Amino acid sequence: MKLWNRLMCYCRRRSPWIFHLNSGSCNGCDIEIVAGLTPRYDAEQLGVRLEGSPRHADILCVTGPITKNAVRAIKTVYGQVCGPKAVVAIGSCPATTNVFIDSRTLDGPLNKHIPVDVFVPGCPPRPDAIIQGIAKAAEILAERGKQQPAAAKAEPVAIEVQP
Amino acid sequence: MNMTTALARLLIFPGILFAVPAAWFFLWVERKAVALMQGRIGPPFMQPFYDFVKLLGKDTPPRSGIAGGLMRAWPLIAVSTAAGAVGLLPVLPASGGFQGDLILLLALLEVPSICIIAAGFSSRSLFGEIGSAREAVLSVSYNVVFLLAIVSVAASQHTFRLEALAQMPPSPLLWLGILAILICLPAKLHLNPFSLPNAEQEIYSGPMVEFAGPELAMWELSHGLEWVAATGLVATLIAPHITLWWAAAIVFVALSFGIVLLLSAIAAATARLAIDTTVRFYWQCTLIFAVLAVSSALFMRLRS
Repeated sequence: MKLWNRLMCYCRRRSPWIFHLNSGSCNGCDIEIVAGLTPRYDAEQLGVRLEGSPRHADILCVTGPITKNAVRAIKTVYGQVCGPKAVVAIGSCPATTNVFIDSRTLDGPLNKHIPVDVFVPGCPPRPDAIIQGIAKAAEILAERGKQQPAAAKAEPVAIEVQP
Repeated sequence: MNMTTALARLLIFPGILFAVPAAWFFLWVERKAVALMQGRIGPPFMQPFYDFVKLLGKDTPPRSGIAGGLMRAWPLIAVSTAAGAVGLLPVLPASGGFQGDLILLLALLEVPSICIIAAGFSSRSLFGEIGSAREAVLSVSYNVVFLLAIVSVAASQHTFRLEALAQMPPSPLLWLGILAILICLPAKLHLNPFSLPNAEQEIYSGPMVEFAGPELAMWELSHGLEWVAATGLVATLIAPHITLWWAAAIVFVALSFGIVLLLSAIAAATARLAIDTTVRFYWQCTLIFAVLAVSSALFMRLRS
């Protein structure tokens, strides 16, 4: 049983499937996620696969400053991802709502609604930073196992942006 | 074929003990070949195994009633029939078989795609239903050519025994049949340019959209076993008659590997076609292979 658990941890770390959720993003972070999968950065070496359905995914990658319209969709999609799961907030928008702060159309930041595990700052962040964030989330996922943190209680990890 | 050889074929070689690692290996070869052709490094060797174990450890959404039971049953049926199809392949010389095992093999090869169609409809997702409808249309299109090609090769030999077909000397009819089967394999394995049912970007992986955790792991495994069964069928038809059992096994694995590489290269080099183009391709362009195969089989029967 112990061996099985160790194998499971290892496999969770090596096989993060991501689902990309746009909550009103300007498309800058979205194209950087896609750039992470291109031949230049090739995230598939870490086992990363971009999935079409949230049911298949382990890691939810959220971009955008969380518009009021998007809140329900974010909660629904977070509920559809089967546990164990992790959330990566990509870009400065989901972390702080960025330059759109105090806008009446926004209901951010993201960790008001769902627990966030990793923040990848940047406007937009570089693809290597995004891949580093996903790898960090995969490690958290492997350690966490089945226990899900309650909303807003999770202690987020920030990814350092290399100059 | 007695009980012991049947069990040995189903459970050891070419059955489950060989087929499951081979399925993961072929899934890796497909992903790696596509990655190399795109100038990437691609996934590590054990990646399909990691994915499988990880999916086994994930939760599934709560489902109740008949639909929930069916959704758990379809992937299991698909895996068991695909494993049974691999177990029927006449890889080793003098491994036995029975009259009509070709018909059973063709039926077992068809069950996973029927399971996919049923799974898409029982998931009651809009994308699942679109994917299932595409899979049904595709299956009606390529199966005409696929079945006619195999049946005409068998009819020319007056037998429905797989072993007799595997030992058949090379002839133009056999090569015509193999070519027709190879054209149908991308559609059977949902590869580009015929990856319509599980199109990730358009319909969110189609019939699989609502499946999660262990069920999805079973779908991945059944897909891999379909790879082994379908490429293995072509490999046994191509392979020359070898009496040494280990040499026959090595030739089988090498030929299957070659066919996997060929299909992956085609998948990486092409883009997805629309459904009407695909149907037109199979009904208009490849039907010529079926007509040629049937007419030459009839000719050979009349002459003999």
